[in-house]
Amino acid sequence: MEYLLHYFLVIPLLGYLISLLIPSRNEFAISRLAFITLSIQLAFAICFAIAWLKSGHRDINLAEFSLYKTKGYDFLIDLYFDRVSALFLLMGAFLTFLITYYSRFYLHREQGFKRFFNTILLFYLGYNIIILSGNFETLFIGWEFLGISSFLLIAFYRDRYLPVKNALKIFSLYRIGDIGLILAMWLSHHLFHENVTFGKMHNAELVSHLLQKHSWEGFFISFMILVAALVKSAQLPFSSWLPRAMEGPTPSSAIFYGSLSVHIGAFLLLRTHPFWEHQTVIRVIIGFLGVLTCFVASMMARVQTSVKSQIAYSSIAQIGLIFLEIVAGFDNLALFHICGNALLRTYQLLISPSIASYKIKEQLYAYEAREKTIEDSFPKRIEYSFYILSLKEWNLETIIYQLFISPLKKTAQRFRFFRLKLGLIFFIAIYITGVVLLFMKSTIPLFLENYLPGFFAFIGLLMVIKAFTERRNVQLSWFMVMMNHFWIALAISINSEIHFSTIAMYLSGVIVSGAVGFTAIRILIKKEKRITLARFQGHAFEYPTIAFVFLMACLGLAGFPITPTMIGEDLVFSSIREDQYFLALFLAISLIVDGLALVRIYARLFLGPHVKTYHSIAHKSS
Amino acid sequence: MEKKSSSFDLTITIQELKKYLPTQGPLKDYIFLNTLASFQDLPFHEAMKRSSEIFGYKTYLDLNEYRDFYAKGQIRREVLEKVLIEQKGAENLNFWKQKLLEQDYQIRINSRVGKLREAWKKFLKIDVDNYVHLNLFRIVGAYLDQGISIWNFPANKKGLRNSLIELEKNSFSSFFRTNRAKKLLANKSIGIKDLLNILVGKEALYFQYIFDQQFEHQGWSGMVAYLEKNPNVLLDKRSIDLEDFIFLELLLEIDTLDDRYAGKWTALGFLAKNGGKDIFAPTRNVEIAEVLKLWQEAYEWSYYDDVLFYLAKQEAEPIQENVSFQALFCIDDRECSFRTYVEKCDPQAETYGTAGFFNIEFYYKPDGGKYLTKLCPAPLTPKHLILEKANKYKHKKEVGFSSKSHGLIVGWLLTQTMGYWAAFKLLKYIFKPSYGNTTVSSFQHMHPTSSLIFENTGENHKEHELTVGFTTSEMADRIEGLLRSIGLIENFAALIYVIGHGSTSANNAYYSTMDCGACSCKPGSVNARLAALMGNHLEVRKQLAERGIHIPEETQFIGGLHDTAQDLMVYYDIVQLSEPNQQQHLKNQAVFHRALALNAKERSRRFISIDTTKSLKEIHKAVQTRSFSLFEPRPELDHATNSLCVVGGRWITKNIFLDRRAFLNSYNYKQDPSGTFLSTILNAVTPVCGGINLAYYFAKVDDQKFGSGSKLPHNIVGLFGVTNGIEGDIRPGLPKQMVEVHDPIRLMCIVEHYPEIVLEVLAKAPNTFEWYQNDWIKLVVIHPETKELFLFKKDQFSCYTPQHAVLKTSNDLERLVESSHTNISVHQLIKV
Repeated sequence: MEYLLHYFLVIPLLGYLISLLIPSRNEFAISRLAFITLSIQLAFAICFAIAWLKSGHRDINLAEFSLYKTKGYDFLIDLYFDRVSALFLLMGAFLTFLITYYSRFYLHREQGFKRFFNTILLFYLGYNIIILSGNFETLFIGWEFLGISSFLLIAFYRDRYLPVKNALKIFSLYRIGDIGLILAMWLSHHLFHENVTFGKMHNAELVSHLLQKHSWEGFFISFMILVAALVKSAQLPFSSWLPRAMEGPTPSSAIFYGSLSVHIGAFLLLRTHPFWEHQTVIRVIIGFLGVLTCFVASMMARVQTSVKSQIAYSSIAQIGLIFLEIVAGFDNLALFHICGNALLRTYQLLISPSIASYKIKEQLYAYEAREKTIEDSFPKRIEYSFYILSLKEWNLETIIYQLFISPLKKTAQRFRFFRLKLGLIFFIAIYITGVVLLFMKSTIPLFLENYLPGFFAFIGLLMVIKAFTERRNVQLSWFMVMMNHFWIALAISINSEIHFSTIAMYLSGVIVSGAVGFTAIRILIKKEKRITLARFQGHAFEYPTIAFVFLMACLGLAGFPITPTMIGEDLVFSSIREDQYFLALFLAISLIVDGLALVRIYARLFLGPHVKTYHSIAHKSS
Repeated sequence: MEKKSSSFDLTITIQELKKYLPTQGPLKDYIFLNTLASFQDLPFHEAMKRSSEIFGYKTYLDLNEYRDFYAKGQIRREVLEKVLIEQKGAENLNFWKQKLLEQDYQIRINSRVGKLREAWKKFLKIDVDNYVHLNLFRIVGAYLDQGISIWNFPANKKGLRNSLIELEKNSFSSFFRTNRAKKLLANKSIGIKDLLNILVGKEALYFQYIFDQQFEHQGWSGMVAYLEKNPNVLLDKRSIDLEDFIFLELLLEIDTLDDRYAGKWTALGFLAKNGGKDIFAPTRNVEIAEVLKLWQEAYEWSYYDDVLFYLAKQEAEPIQENVSFQALFCIDDRECSFRTYVEKCDPQAETYGTAGFFNIEFYYKPDGGKYLTKLCPAPLTPKHLILEKANKYKHKKEVGFSSKSHGLIVGWLLTQTMGYWAAFKLLKYIFKPSYGNTTVSSFQHMHPTSSLIFENTGENHKEHELTVGFTTSEMADRIEGLLRSIGLIENFAALIYVIGHGSTSANNAYYSTMDCGACSCKPGSVNARLAALMGNHLEVRKQLAERGIHIPEETQFIGGLHDTAQDLMVYYDIVQLSEPNQQQHLKNQAVFHRALALNAKERSRRFISIDTTKSLKEIHKAVQTRSFSLFEPRPELDHATNSLCVVGGRWITKNIFLDRRAFLNSYNYKQDPSGTFLSTILNAVTPVCGGINLAYYFAKVDDQKFGSGSKLPHNIVGLFGVTNGIEGDIRPGLPKQMVEVHDPIRLMCIVEHYPEIVLEVLAKAPNTFEWYQNDWIKLVVIHPETKELFLFKKDQFSCYTPQHAVLKTSNDLERLVESSHTNISVHQLIKV
């Protein structure tokens, strides 16, 4: 029976791959395929769950296969199934099944009909990988699928400004969660001396034994997991992204942000529960943030004047409660609550366009001006202050910006002098020195050998920050992102005994996708003469194919799952020693900014209001 | 719009601003208007060019779309050539033809409005709007909210600014980040001009700055301007004016800049070098505007010419004896096809079209209702009130909309109980659509078994400062007007149906656009029922007889409602019918039922989800299911493809297939030689049908700036507007789903009368005349005797001879509608 588990990934994967092949004119085939995929999955999930319950519902751990293997390193796809997975599997299949049927009519004649179903299937695939994953590596693959499909769905109306702006904003926040996950992955690898499976994490004896000796590492890993969970579940201080994600067609908002996507944070906590449940500090932090989120998000929900943002904030508040339930050890209650919340919010979002007719009808017969609310009993000054704060979303937007984006921009401004030619010569010189040093590694003094990787990683980080903040030169920005990988490769080669073939595989991914992307940019420049990074240009309107190819190149270069770059990146991380926090941090940040810079280039060139105004273009504010 | 001198006048600026802002009210009160009414004093094409240059609107289809139409034959060669010869002269025909067909144009639609404020980004490297809009929209949204937010804007003093001052004064937190803004808000001697002085500095630029700023979010500005003018449309009253709104925005801008640059920044007037150009300066002549104009004319005339060709072939029919029944419908284009089917199912039936409020204007208050609903064309202000009694309507609670689900503790309980219940509801809604709380149906407007209080019992019989009901002579006035205007004053059948219309849809924020335009976008059931009640009133009959309209005693009126989405009808007060009439009504009901099914079939050909070749019953069922399906963004196609308005006898259009594109108003010129009723009809029909037609025209040619884009991502704010996402502008206008099958063709109004009388009538009503003089509606007159066609052009009528040569005929309407999913051209219907 265990071996049936991987069909839950195979079915959506097949559905997704076939959906790519259907011509976009053929609405019927596309929607039918999605519906059939989900019908099979749902039926299969129900049967599987019943059989599993009957056979004693023991946790299943299935080491699937090695994606890549070298000496001392094994990238293992690993699956895990327990009641948490069971619930998420059923819930996800049920809701996605409903939505695919719903959208088949709802999206009729919409531009991007195919794009929508492709993205839904990709999302669903990612979701399943996450909930069935048996180790962090596998989970991370799904995590990334979810991130990119979220970006694509929020920016579904890619010819308007606000969806694209918000998609970028949310993608950036997601990347913060990704840092958390990467670092947790890295350190847990060292802590357990292997790619630890969740099954092993459930081994209480082993975990407590390890944590006694390595309490700091334990805290660090747990905290990083928590960061990832907070971001994905829109808990404080990351709450403000969720209402902003409501830019796509209503059914996609309903399952993504109403139900499946937001509960992934809670899933992550449930999945890693045995690891952190004995760490009091972590539990206090989760509890504190949960309580805070409950209150702040409820207040924000109460002042919202748009129906979708109201649902978003009340969902966040409920997830705050779910976090509390998890922390208090009421896992079953949390699961029940998750499912109820997901169903209710999906329902509410789907019927949200009816609220005007419903409430107006209700008011016709039962209108009463201004009901008293609980807040009216507060002292005036308190009431007004909380009201203003809630309406301003407790300044969460500003806080996040100043904590995370602003430092990047400020760093980049210091390097404004940097020009392409000058920089090239300077950095090539250093790079060659580095390569030379690499070959004479035995002759490098030890203290230098300790600092060099950090130094090179730092240069790589600068490059990618420059790429992220560059406003004019597209080619420079693209080139900088590529260079970053070369610096990372150099840093890592000096840092540890890593086999040349591994580096070669890593860099081959970089070079191939780099070259493809570069060609796409050259073609675009040839056609459009002037392109810039200073604003959105919406060229996907005229060149959807170039846009698609370029997006693929971006994913390749960003180390999107199952590209060589991704495996390279994972290897890179496993070669960082457990005491090299700075190196790990530099590399994590540079990989994250790398992704941001790439998606930014893609968005600036191909998304947003079209610069050529010969057709109907929405106002920037609409 | 004269050029302003360098001094700035706030009142004039705000007046001008209001003229150009969208004039669409809250969702519940949708009204079709000419979207560019502010340019209606200009000839149509001049207005298109000018509004495009000033505000950046796209005012025609894409050049390539016209070329495609030409390639497909939808724009006819001979028509194109005729247009070119008429407008450019025969000698330039080839020159222009080459331009229209082949020349490459680099089209860039840029607007003058918005240029000045670009300086912020250019010189200060800051996108002020990114910071300001979100705050501005949520403050004003919270202030105006009509029932979405649970915790309301706590301070409600008179006006937005006063309320904000009150809120800020009593709070530890603030909407503003810097002190200057806070002080400026509180100091009541500071006005817009002072803020402009800080922000812009140069008085000559103020006017343009305000235009630039407000047109960055014309949806919100338009809504505020509308609510300032019509404060009564809000149930939860708010006083707001555009001045306060602009003040707040300027203040937020100052706050943003102060915060970013620590109070040290240069006013915009000293940054921008190229500002200060008059945005209303005369527009340039560009060739592409001319090309598009010629294409549009050729496109429209390819259609008009076809229609006129058929009209010229029609002949008046002899007066029918033995009329089985008569039925009055609304002029609405959706009744155009239905009437054809009624006549087809019972060839002895007569149908009439008239504005769907049936000449009775009043406010309506349902039993237990808390507010009044206006049921007549929007420009009228009724003095009468009709009350409903014994309404059995029960409002069912919907947990999905319960504000409790957003609370923390109750929400905790609800998610774990109702959450699972919601899953079942979803399954049911999706796989077995049925009536539910998301459905808005015209049948809910008035309960069929309730009674109406419509007789005035004396001078003191008043409520809400309105006269309750009508006196019998007032009723007689209205019924007389109704019957005379459509020419039904003799040959009465035993049963006369008065049928209003409304619609049904689910999950639709635009529900009110689909009801009767002549009833302020509400269903016409009360009006229809009242007309029947008044017509059956003995005292009214007596008075009518005195006025020369003798309705036989056995004749009875029946009120009813046609639901245009479901194609269903209900009839009111059937119990009052006499025995023979009851019998007759049963027969007629079967006729109507079949006609409804046939009409559903004709409509179904545009719906991909329905197979038009299925049995009538199946199609009818599918059309009904569709109207209350949660996931159906197009419950019906509303006024899409409307293009004609015919004022005259039924003979003009009775035997031609018009693909439900025509508004039909019955009118008998013989009974109205001086044109008194024609004047009333034209004054009503022109703005209503013209408004509908142009609202569709503009939403189609620029679905983003005039229309509201796709409705799929829409979010409802404050119960009064739709936005995209949570920080977008309010989007007035029609969504893409409603207009996508529409052909942007100006309305052609066809009137049966003598040209000189029509001219006389129009000359007396300059507001109506303007539509035709400036070409916003085309006007054709059919000479009642010679049947010649006269086209109104440059203030006079000239004879028009259609070009078309091949006559398309059909003897089987059902097969004809099965033949295509898209427009079907005009056909002559032949009886077999």
